[in-house]
Amino acid sequence: MSANPEPTTHAVSAAEGAIARPARRAGRRHRPLTPFWRAVGAVAWKDLRAEMRSRELINSMVLFTFMTVMVFSLALELDKEARQTTVAGVLWVTIVFAGLIGLGRSLAAEKDRGSLDALLLTPIDRSALFFGKMIGNLLFVLVIALVLLALLTVLFNVTLLKPLLIVVMVLGTVGFTTAGTLLSSMSVHARAREAMLPIILMPVVLPVLISAVRASVAILEGLPRDDWFPWIQLLVVADAIFLAAGYGLFDYVVEE
Amino acid sequence: MSAAERTIEVRALTKTFGLNPVLRGLDLDVPRGEFLTLLGPNGSGKTTLLRILGALARPTSGTVRIGGWELPDEAEFVRAQLGVVSHLPLLYDTLTAEENLLFFARMYNLPREARRERVDTVLRRVGLARRARDVVATYSRGMQQRLAIARAILHDPAVLLLDEPYTGLDQDAAALLDELLREVAIGGRTVIMTTHDLRRGHALADRIAILSRGKIAFDAPCRDVNPDALPALYADTTGAATTR
Repeated sequence: MSANPEPTTHAVSAAEGAIARPARRAGRRHRPLTPFWRAVGAVAWKDLRAEMRSRELINSMVLFTFMTVMVFSLALELDKEARQTTVAGVLWVTIVFAGLIGLGRSLAAEKDRGSLDALLLTPIDRSALFFGKMIGNLLFVLVIALVLLALLTVLFNVTLLKPLLIVVMVLGTVGFTTAGTLLSSMSVHARAREAMLPIILMPVVLPVLISAVRASVAILEGLPRDDWFPWIQLLVVADAIFLAAGYGLFDYVVEE
Repeated sequence: MSAAERTIEVRALTKTFGLNPVLRGLDLDVPRGEFLTLLGPNGSGKTTLLRILGALARPTSGTVRIGGWELPDEAEFVRAQLGVVSHLPLLYDTLTAEENLLFFARMYNLPREARRERVDTVLRRVGLARRARDVVATYSRGMQQRLAIARAILHDPAVLLLDEPYTGLDQDAAALLDELLREVAIGGRTVIMTTHDLRRGHALADRIAILSRGKIAFDAPCRDVNPDALPALYADTTGAATTR
Protein backbone atom coordinates (compact mmCIF):
# COMPACT_ATOMS: atom_id res chain seq x y z
CA MET A 1 0.00 0.00 0.00
CA SER A 2 1.40 3.33 -0.97
CA ALA A 3 1.46 6.41 1.15
CA ASN A 4 1.92 9.63 -0.70
CA PRO A 5 2.23 12.81 1.31
CA GLU A 6 2.54 15.17 -1.66
CA PRO A 7 -0.22 17.73 -2.21
CA THR A 8 -1.18 16.31 -5.59
CA THR A 9 -3.60 13.73 -6.88
CA HIS A 10 -2.85 10.32 -5.45
CA ALA A 11 -4.43 6.97 -6.03
CA VAL A 12 -4.32 3.52 -4.56
CA SER A 13 -4.10 0.52 -6.85
CA ALA A 14 -7.39 -0.85 -8.09
CA ALA A 15 -6.80 -4.12 -6.29
CA GLU A 16 -6.80 -2.29 -2.97
CA GLY A 17 -9.68 -0.02 -3.89
CA ALA A 18 -8.89 2.92 -6.09
CA ILE A 19 -9.10 6.27 -4.39
CA ALA A 20 -8.80 9.03 -6.94
CA ARG A 21 -8.25 12.33 -5.23
CA PRO A 22 -8.69 15.64 -7.00
CA ALA A 23 -5.72 17.96 -6.78
CA ARG A 24 -5.91 21.48 -5.40
CA ARG A 25 -7.20 23.99 -7.92
CA ALA A 26 -6.23 27.64 -7.79
CA GLY A 27 -9.05 29.77 -6.44
CA ARG A 28 -10.96 26.79 -5.00
CA ARG A 29 -9.00 26.25 -1.84
CA HIS A 30 -12.00 25.28 0.27
CA ARG A 31 -13.55 22.78 -2.15
CA PRO A 32 -14.22 19.61 -0.16
CA LEU A 33 -12.93 16.31 -1.45
CA THR A 34 -16.16 14.41 -0.92
CA PRO A 35 -19.08 15.82 -2.95
CA PHE A 36 -21.44 17.82 -0.76
CA TRP A 37 -24.64 15.89 -1.39
CA ARG A 38 -22.90 12.51 -1.18
CA ALA A 39 -21.76 13.42 2.32
CA VAL A 40 -25.24 14.72 3.24
CA GLY A 41 -26.81 11.48 2.02
CA ALA A 42 -24.25 9.32 3.82
CA VAL A 43 -24.80 11.06 7.18
CA ALA A 44 -28.60 10.97 6.89
CA TRP A 45 -28.53 7.30 5.79
CA LYS A 46 -26.26 6.40 8.71
CA ASP A 47 -28.56 8.13 11.23
CA LEU A 48 -31.64 6.40 9.83
CA ARG A 49 -29.93 3.02 9.71
CA ALA A 50 -28.66 3.32 13.29
CA GLU A 51 -32.08 4.47 14.51
CA MET A 52 -33.93 1.69 12.67
CA ARG A 53 -31.74 -0.79 14.50
CA SER A 54 -31.79 0.71 18.00
CA ARG A 55 -35.16 2.56 17.89
CA GLU A 56 -34.06 4.51 20.96
CA LEU A 57 -35.22 7.92 19.80
CA ILE A 58 -38.27 7.08 17.79
CA ASN A 59 -39.74 4.90 20.57
CA SER A 60 -39.27 7.68 23.14
CA MET A 61 -40.72 10.28 20.79
CA VAL A 62 -43.75 8.17 19.86
CA LEU A 63 -44.43 7.28 23.49
CA PHE A 64 -44.20 10.94 24.51
CA THR A 65 -46.52 11.91 21.65
CA PHE A 66 -49.08 9.28 22.59
CA MET A 67 -49.06 10.26 26.28
CA THR A 68 -49.34 13.99 25.55
CA VAL A 69 -52.26 13.63 23.16
CA MET A 70 -54.03 11.29 25.58
CA VAL A 71 -53.67 13.80 28.42
CA PHE A 72 -54.96 16.66 26.26
CA SER A 73 -57.90 14.62 24.98
CA LEU A 74 -58.91 13.61 28.52
CA ALA A 75 -58.41 17.09 29.99
CA LEU A 76 -60.17 19.17 27.33
CA GLU A 77 -63.93 18.82 26.94
CA LEU A 78 -64.48 20.92 23.83
CA ASP A 79 -67.28 21.68 21.43
CA LYS A 80 -66.66 21.31 17.70
CA GLU A 81 -65.61 24.94 17.09
CA ALA A 82 -63.22 25.07 20.04
CA ARG A 83 -61.64 21.81 18.93
CA GLN A 84 -60.62 23.31 15.55
CA THR A 85 -58.66 26.03 17.36
CA THR A 86 -57.25 23.94 20.16
CA VAL A 87 -56.07 21.03 18.07
CA ALA A 88 -53.55 23.27 16.26
CA GLY A 89 -52.00 24.19 19.62
CA VAL A 90 -51.91 20.56 20.75
CA LEU A 91 -50.34 19.60 17.43
CA TRP A 92 -47.46 22.08 17.67
CA VAL A 93 -46.82 21.74 21.41
CA THR A 94 -46.44 17.99 20.92
CA ILE A 95 -44.25 18.31 17.83
CA VAL A 96 -41.94 20.75 19.63
CA PHE A 97 -41.49 18.75 22.83
CA ALA A 98 -41.27 15.35 21.13
CA GLY A 99 -38.84 16.89 18.65
CA LEU A 100 -36.68 18.21 21.48
CA ILE A 101 -36.11 14.62 22.65
CA GLY A 102 -34.66 13.73 19.24
CA LEU A 103 -32.71 16.95 18.73
CA GLY A 104 -31.12 16.71 22.17
CA ARG A 105 -29.80 13.20 21.55
CA SER A 106 -28.81 13.47 17.91
CA LEU A 107 -25.44 15.18 18.32
CA ALA A 108 -25.03 14.40 22.02
CA ALA A 109 -24.86 10.67 21.24
CA GLU A 110 -22.18 11.33 18.60
CA LYS A 111 -20.21 13.40 21.07
CA ASP A 112 -20.50 10.83 23.89
CA ARG A 113 -19.17 7.88 21.89
CA GLY A 114 -16.52 10.00 20.12
CA SER A 115 -17.96 9.41 16.68
CA LEU A 116 -18.42 13.16 16.21
CA ASP A 117 -14.63 13.38 15.94
CA ALA A 118 -14.64 10.58 13.35
CA LEU A 119 -17.16 12.57 11.29
CA LEU A 120 -15.18 15.78 11.66
CA LEU A 121 -12.01 13.98 10.53
CA THR A 122 -13.50 13.11 7.14
CA PRO A 123 -12.70 15.36 4.16
CA ILE A 124 -16.18 16.81 3.80
CA ASP A 125 -17.56 20.30 3.88
CA ARG A 126 -18.77 20.48 7.46
CA SER A 127 -22.01 22.10 6.43
CA ALA A 128 -22.74 18.77 4.68
CA LEU A 129 -22.57 17.19 8.13
CA PHE A 130 -25.05 19.79 9.36
CA PHE A 131 -27.49 19.09 6.53
CA GLY A 132 -27.12 15.33 6.96
CA LYS A 133 -27.93 15.54 10.67
CA MET A 134 -30.75 18.01 9.99
CA ILE A 135 -32.37 15.73 7.40
CA GLY A 136 -32.15 12.78 9.81
CA ASN A 137 -33.79 14.86 12.56
CA LEU A 138 -36.40 16.19 10.14
CA LEU A 139 -37.44 12.67 9.12
CA PHE A 140 -37.82 11.62 12.78
CA VAL A 141 -39.98 14.68 13.53
CA LEU A 142 -42.06 14.12 10.40
CA VAL A 143 -42.73 10.55 11.51
CA ILE A 144 -43.97 11.99 14.81
CA ALA A 145 -46.10 14.51 12.93
CA LEU A 146 -47.73 11.69 10.95
CA VAL A 147 -48.45 9.74 14.13
CA LEU A 148 -49.90 12.93 15.61
CA LEU A 149 -52.17 13.51 12.65
CA ALA A 150 -53.65 10.05 13.07
CA LEU A 151 -54.01 10.36 16.86
CA LEU A 152 -55.55 13.83 16.78
CA THR A 153 -57.97 12.85 14.03
CA VAL A 154 -59.20 9.92 16.09
CA LEU A 155 -59.19 11.48 19.58
CA PHE A 156 -60.37 15.02 18.69
CA ASN A 157 -62.59 14.04 15.77
CA VAL A 158 -61.13 16.77 13.55
CA THR A 159 -60.13 16.24 9.93
CA LEU A 160 -56.44 17.11 9.71
CA LEU A 161 -55.58 15.57 6.37
CA LYS A 162 -55.68 18.86 4.47
CA PRO A 163 -52.93 19.51 1.90
CA LEU A 164 -52.34 23.07 3.15
CA LEU A 165 -51.99 21.90 6.73
CA ILE A 166 -49.43 19.30 5.60
CA VAL A 167 -47.49 22.10 3.85
CA VAL A 168 -47.51 24.15 7.07
CA MET A 169 -46.40 21.13 9.09
CA VAL A 170 -43.48 20.47 6.74
CA LEU A 171 -42.40 24.13 6.68
CA GLY A 172 -42.71 24.41 10.45
CA THR A 173 -40.77 21.23 11.16
CA VAL A 174 -38.03 22.26 8.68
CA GLY A 175 -37.56 25.55 10.58
CA PHE A 176 -37.73 23.87 13.96
CA THR A 177 -35.29 21.05 13.15
CA THR A 178 -32.87 23.35 11.30
CA ALA A 179 -32.59 25.74 14.24
CA GLY A 180 -32.61 22.79 16.64
CA THR A 181 -29.77 20.97 14.88
CA LEU A 182 -27.60 24.09 14.85
CA LEU A 183 -28.29 24.96 18.48
CA SER A 184 -27.85 21.37 19.66
CA SER A 185 -24.37 21.44 18.09
CA MET A 186 -23.68 24.53 20.23
CA SER A 187 -25.04 23.02 23.42
CA VAL A 188 -23.39 19.61 22.89
CA HIS A 189 -20.20 20.70 24.69
CA ALA A 190 -22.11 22.12 27.69
CA ARG A 191 -22.38 20.20 30.93
CA ALA A 192 -26.14 20.68 31.35
CA ARG A 193 -26.86 20.33 27.62
CA GLU A 194 -30.20 18.53 28.07
CA ALA A 195 -31.55 21.52 29.99
CA MET A 196 -29.78 24.12 27.89
CA LEU A 197 -31.15 23.16 24.47
CA PRO A 198 -34.82 24.04 25.17
CA ILE A 199 -33.74 27.28 26.86
CA ILE A 200 -31.75 28.51 23.88
CA LEU A 201 -33.97 26.97 21.20
CA MET A 202 -37.40 28.25 22.24
CA PRO A 203 -36.75 32.00 21.79
CA VAL A 204 -35.08 31.34 18.44
CA VAL A 205 -37.90 29.23 16.99
CA LEU A 206 -40.68 31.44 18.36
CA PRO A 207 -41.33 33.10 14.94
CA VAL A 208 -41.65 29.63 13.38
CA LEU A 209 -44.01 28.39 16.09
CA ILE A 210 -46.22 31.50 16.04
CA SER A 211 -46.45 31.36 12.23
CA ALA A 212 -47.12 27.63 12.19
CA VAL A 213 -49.84 27.80 14.88
CA ARG A 214 -51.58 30.83 13.33
CA ALA A 215 -51.49 29.33 9.86
CA SER A 216 -52.74 25.95 11.17
CA VAL A 217 -55.66 27.55 13.04
CA ALA A 218 -56.66 29.61 9.99
CA ILE A 219 -56.52 26.55 7.72
CA LEU A 220 -58.48 24.34 10.12
CA GLU A 221 -61.17 27.01 10.56
CA GLY A 222 -61.44 27.35 6.79
CA LEU A 223 -60.59 31.08 6.80
CA PRO A 224 -59.80 32.93 3.55
CA ARG A 225 -56.32 32.97 1.95
CA ASP A 226 -55.37 36.36 3.44
CA ASP A 227 -55.58 34.87 6.94
CA TRP A 228 -53.06 32.07 6.43
CA PHE A 229 -50.89 33.03 3.46
CA PRO A 230 -48.79 35.73 5.25
CA TRP A 231 -47.95 33.19 7.97
CA ILE A 232 -46.78 30.69 5.37
CA GLN A 233 -44.63 33.40 3.79
CA LEU A 234 -43.13 34.12 7.20
CA LEU A 235 -42.43 30.39 7.66
CA VAL A 236 -40.61 30.24 4.33
CA VAL A 237 -38.48 33.28 5.26
CA ALA A 238 -37.65 31.85 8.70
CA ASP A 239 -36.71 28.49 7.16
CA ALA A 240 -34.44 30.21 4.64
CA ILE A 241 -32.72 32.22 7.39
CA PHE A 242 -32.15 29.14 9.58
CA LEU A 243 -30.86 27.06 6.65
CA ALA A 244 -28.44 29.85 5.68
CA ALA A 245 -27.30 30.21 9.31
CA GLY A 246 -26.70 26.47 9.59
CA TYR A 247 -24.76 26.40 6.34
CA GLY A 248 -22.58 29.35 7.34
CA LEU A 249 -22.07 28.77 11.05
CA PHE A 250 -21.84 25.02 11.64
CA ASP A 251 -18.13 24.80 10.80
CA TYR A 252 -17.30 27.39 13.47
CA VAL A 253 -19.66 25.87 16.02
CA VAL A 254 -18.17 22.37 15.94
CA GLU A 255 -14.49 23.37 15.86
CA GLU A 256 -12.64 23.90 19.12
CA MET B 1 15.87 18.21 6.35
CA SER B 2 14.43 19.72 3.14
CA ALA B 3 10.82 20.90 2.92
CA ALA B 4 10.01 18.06 0.50
CA GLU B 5 11.14 15.47 3.04
CA ARG B 6 8.96 16.84 5.83
CA THR B 7 5.47 15.35 5.92
CA ILE B 8 4.56 17.15 9.12
CA GLU B 9 5.92 20.57 9.82
CA VAL B 10 4.93 22.51 12.93
CA ARG B 11 6.32 25.95 13.71
CA ALA B 12 5.88 28.08 16.87
CA LEU B 13 2.55 26.39 17.60
CA THR B 14 0.56 27.74 20.51
CA LYS B 15 -2.87 26.76 21.77
CA THR B 16 -4.63 28.45 24.64
CA PHE B 17 -7.91 27.42 26.25
CA GLY B 18 -9.22 30.56 27.94
CA LEU B 19 -6.27 31.80 29.96
CA ASN B 20 -4.65 28.38 30.09
CA PRO B 21 -1.79 27.89 27.59
CA VAL B 22 -1.49 24.22 26.61
CA LEU B 23 1.02 24.44 23.75
CA ARG B 24 3.74 27.09 24.02
CA GLY B 25 5.61 27.68 20.80
CA LEU B 26 6.04 24.04 19.80
CA ASP B 27 8.28 23.16 16.81
CA LEU B 28 8.20 19.70 15.26
CA ASP B 29 9.27 18.09 11.98
CA VAL B 30 8.37 14.54 11.05
CA PRO B 31 9.89 13.24 7.80
CA ARG B 32 7.98 11.03 5.41
CA GLY B 33 7.69 7.44 6.59
CA GLU B 34 8.94 8.09 10.13
CA PHE B 35 7.26 6.71 13.25
CA LEU B 36 7.42 9.24 16.07
CA THR B 37 6.37 8.31 19.59
CA LEU B 38 5.30 11.29 21.64
CA LEU B 39 5.52 10.80 25.39
CA GLY B 40 4.47 13.17 28.12
CA PRO B 41 2.50 13.42 31.34
CA ASN B 42 -1.24 14.13 31.41
CA GLY B 43 -1.90 17.74 30.52
CA SER B 44 1.36 18.18 28.64
CA GLY B 45 -0.51 18.88 25.38
CA LYS B 46 -0.16 15.57 23.50
CA THR B 47 -3.83 15.17 22.68
CA THR B 48 -4.22 18.88 21.91
CA LEU B 49 -1.33 18.61 19.44
CA LEU B 50 -2.92 15.60 17.73
CA ARG B 51 -6.31 17.37 17.61
CA ILE B 52 -4.68 20.33 15.89
CA LEU B 53 -2.88 18.02 13.44
CA GLY B 54 -6.24 16.32 12.77
CA ALA B 55 -7.87 19.71 12.08
CA LEU B 56 -10.23 19.13 15.00
CA ALA B 57 -8.93 22.18 16.85
CA ARG B 58 -7.70 25.53 15.59
CA PRO B 59 -4.24 26.68 16.70
CA THR B 60 -4.06 29.97 18.58
CA SER B 61 -0.92 30.88 16.62
CA GLY B 62 1.85 29.23 14.63
CA THR B 63 1.85 27.25 11.41
CA VAL B 64 1.06 23.60 10.72
CA ARG B 65 1.67 21.91 7.36
CA ILE B 66 0.88 18.30 6.57
CA GLY B 67 1.96 16.90 3.22
CA GLY B 68 2.33 20.46 1.95
CA TRP B 69 -1.21 21.48 2.91
CA GLU B 70 -1.58 24.20 5.49
CA LEU B 71 -3.94 24.14 8.45
CA PRO B 72 -6.56 25.42 9.03
CA ASP B 73 -7.07 26.89 5.52
CA GLU B 74 -6.68 23.60 3.65
CA ALA B 75 -8.17 21.36 6.30
CA GLU B 76 -10.19 19.18 3.90
CA PHE B 77 -7.03 18.24 2.01
CA VAL B 78 -5.19 17.51 5.24
CA ARG B 79 -8.05 15.37 6.55
CA ALA B 80 -8.04 13.29 3.35
CA GLN B 81 -4.46 12.24 4.16
CA LEU B 82 -5.06 11.37 7.81
CA GLY B 83 -6.06 8.20 9.58
CA VAL B 84 -6.74 8.45 13.29
CA VAL B 85 -6.88 5.74 15.95
CA SER B 86 -7.85 7.02 19.36
CA HIS B 87 -8.47 5.44 22.76
CA LEU B 88 -12.15 5.61 21.75
CA PRO B 89 -13.05 3.42 18.77
CA LEU B 90 -14.92 6.28 16.99
CA LEU B 91 -17.45 3.81 15.61
CA TYR B 92 -21.24 3.36 15.64
CA ASP B 93 -22.07 0.51 17.95
CA THR B 94 -25.59 -0.03 16.57
CA LEU B 95 -24.20 -0.60 13.06
CA THR B 96 -22.32 -3.70 11.91
CA ALA B 97 -18.59 -3.53 11.17
CA GLU B 98 -19.36 -3.64 7.46
CA GLU B 99 -21.95 -0.86 7.70
CA ASN B 100 -19.52 1.29 9.69
CA LEU B 101 -16.79 0.90 7.09
CA LEU B 102 -19.14 1.38 4.13
CA PHE B 103 -20.35 4.60 5.73
CA PHE B 104 -16.81 5.90 6.18
CA ALA B 105 -15.91 4.74 2.66
CA ARG B 106 -18.65 7.06 1.36
CA MET B 107 -17.45 9.88 3.60
CA TYR B 108 -13.92 9.46 2.21
CA ASN B 109 -15.30 9.44 -1.32
CA LEU B 110 -14.06 6.00 -2.28
CA PRO B 111 -15.53 5.11 -5.68
CA ARG B 112 -18.79 3.20 -5.39
CA GLU B 113 -17.50 0.16 -7.34
CA ALA B 114 -14.38 -0.16 -5.13
CA ARG B 115 -16.01 0.40 -1.72
CA ARG B 116 -17.13 -3.10 -0.89
CA GLU B 117 -13.90 -4.67 -2.09
CA ARG B 118 -11.86 -2.22 -0.04
CA VAL B 119 -14.02 -2.83 3.05
CA ASP B 120 -13.62 -6.61 2.66
CA THR B 121 -9.85 -6.17 2.24
CA VAL B 122 -9.32 -4.13 5.40
CA LEU B 123 -11.66 -6.37 7.42
CA ARG B 124 -9.60 -9.38 6.36
CA ARG B 125 -6.37 -7.59 7.24
CA VAL B 126 -7.51 -6.86 10.78
CA GLY B 127 -8.95 -10.37 11.18
CA LEU B 128 -12.60 -9.38 11.44
CA ALA B 129 -13.96 -10.72 8.16
CA ARG B 130 -15.98 -13.43 9.94
CA ARG B 131 -17.64 -10.89 12.23
CA ALA B 132 -18.25 -8.31 9.50
CA ARG B 133 -22.03 -8.53 9.80
CA ASP B 134 -22.15 -8.40 13.59
CA VAL B 135 -23.20 -5.23 15.35
CA VAL B 136 -20.18 -3.44 16.85
CA ALA B 137 -21.83 -3.37 20.29
CA THR B 138 -21.22 -7.14 20.46
CA TYR B 139 -17.46 -6.71 19.92
CA SER B 140 -14.89 -6.86 22.71
CA ARG B 141 -12.76 -3.75 23.35
CA GLY B 142 -9.84 -5.33 21.49
CA MET B 143 -12.01 -6.16 18.47
CA GLN B 144 -13.38 -2.63 18.43
CA GLN B 145 -9.83 -1.29 18.38
CA ARG B 146 -8.97 -3.59 15.47
CA LEU B 147 -12.00 -2.26 13.63
CA ALA B 148 -10.84 1.26 14.47
CA ILE B 149 -7.56 0.46 12.70
CA ALA B 150 -9.54 -0.80 9.70
CA ARG B 151 -11.47 2.49 9.67
CA ALA B 152 -8.26 4.49 9.96
CA ILE B 153 -6.55 2.79 6.99
CA LEU B 154 -9.68 2.42 4.85
CA HIS B 155 -8.75 5.38 2.59
CA ASP B 156 -5.02 4.54 2.59
CA PRO B 157 -3.91 7.69 4.42
CA ALA B 158 -0.33 8.96 4.19
CA VAL B 159 -0.29 9.94 7.86
CA LEU B 160 -1.52 8.00 10.90
CA LEU B 161 -2.21 9.68 14.23
CA LEU B 162 -2.48 7.24 17.14
CA ASP B 163 -3.76 8.83 20.34
CA GLU B 164 -3.11 6.44 23.23
CA PRO B 165 -4.42 3.46 21.25
CA TYR B 166 -3.60 0.94 24.02
CA THR B 167 -5.86 2.52 26.64
CA GLY B 168 -8.31 -0.03 28.04
CA LEU B 169 -6.74 -3.04 26.32
CA ASP B 170 -5.61 -6.13 28.23
CA GLN B 171 -2.13 -7.64 27.65
CA ASP B 172 -3.23 -9.96 24.85
CA ALA B 173 -5.25 -7.33 23.04
CA ALA B 174 -2.38 -4.83 23.35
CA ALA B 175 0.06 -7.39 21.90
CA LEU B 176 -2.34 -8.06 19.03
CA LEU B 177 -2.67 -4.32 18.42
CA ASP B 178 1.15 -4.07 18.30
CA GLU B 179 1.22 -6.76 15.66
CA LEU B 180 -1.52 -5.10 13.63
CA LEU B 181 0.13 -1.70 13.81
CA ARG B 182 3.40 -3.19 12.57
CA GLU B 183 1.94 -5.39 9.84
CA VAL B 184 -1.09 -3.49 8.63
CA ALA B 185 -1.19 0.12 9.69
CA ILE B 186 2.34 1.49 9.65
CA GLY B 187 3.58 0.22 6.25
CA GLY B 188 5.51 3.25 4.97
CA ARG B 189 3.19 5.80 6.52
CA THR B 190 4.23 8.73 8.63
CA VAL B 191 3.00 7.98 12.15
CA ILE B 192 2.73 9.98 15.35
CA MET B 193 1.67 7.99 18.41
CA THR B 194 1.06 9.32 21.90
CA THR B 195 1.28 6.80 24.71
CA HIS B 196 2.10 6.38 28.38
CA ASP B 197 3.62 2.98 27.66
CA LEU B 198 7.32 3.92 27.38
CA ARG B 199 8.62 0.49 26.43
CA ARG B 200 6.01 -0.12 23.74
CA GLY B 201 6.42 3.40 22.38
CA HIS B 202 10.18 2.87 22.10
CA ALA B 203 9.84 -0.56 20.48
CA LEU B 204 7.56 0.63 17.68
CA ALA B 205 9.09 4.00 16.87
CA ASP B 206 12.00 5.39 14.84
CA ARG B 207 12.17 8.48 17.01
CA ILE B 208 11.02 9.45 20.45
CA ALA B 209 10.04 12.86 21.76
CA ILE B 210 8.92 13.96 25.19
CA LEU B 211 6.40 16.75 25.50
CA SER B 212 6.35 18.71 28.70
CA ARG B 213 4.44 21.88 29.54
CA GLY B 214 3.50 22.46 25.91
CA LYS B 215 6.96 22.12 24.37
CA ILE B 216 9.20 19.36 23.05
CA ALA B 217 11.59 18.84 25.96
CA PHE B 218 13.44 15.85 24.49
CA ASP B 219 13.78 14.56 20.94
CA ALA B 220 16.10 11.77 19.73
CA PRO B 221 16.21 8.75 17.43
CA CYS B 222 15.22 5.56 19.24
CA ARG B 223 18.58 3.96 18.39
CA ASP B 224 20.22 6.62 20.62
CA VAL B 225 17.91 5.92 23.56
CA ASN B 226 18.41 2.88 25.76
CA PRO B 227 14.94 1.49 26.50
CA ASP B 228 16.01 0.51 30.02
CA ALA B 229 17.09 4.07 30.72
CA LEU B 230 13.93 5.59 29.23
CA PRO B 231 11.88 5.73 32.46
CA ALA B 232 14.65 7.66 34.22
CA LEU B 233 15.11 9.91 31.20
CA TYR B 234 11.35 10.50 31.08
CA ALA B 235 11.21 11.34 34.80
CA ASP B 236 14.20 13.68 34.52
CA THR B 237 12.81 15.45 31.49
CA THR B 238 9.28 15.95 32.70
CA GLY B 239 10.39 16.59 36.28
CA ALA B 240 12.96 19.16 35.16
CA ALA B 241 10.33 20.90 33.12
CA THR B 242 7.74 20.93 35.87
CA THR B 243 10.11 22.45 38.41
CA ARG B 244 11.35 25.06 36.01
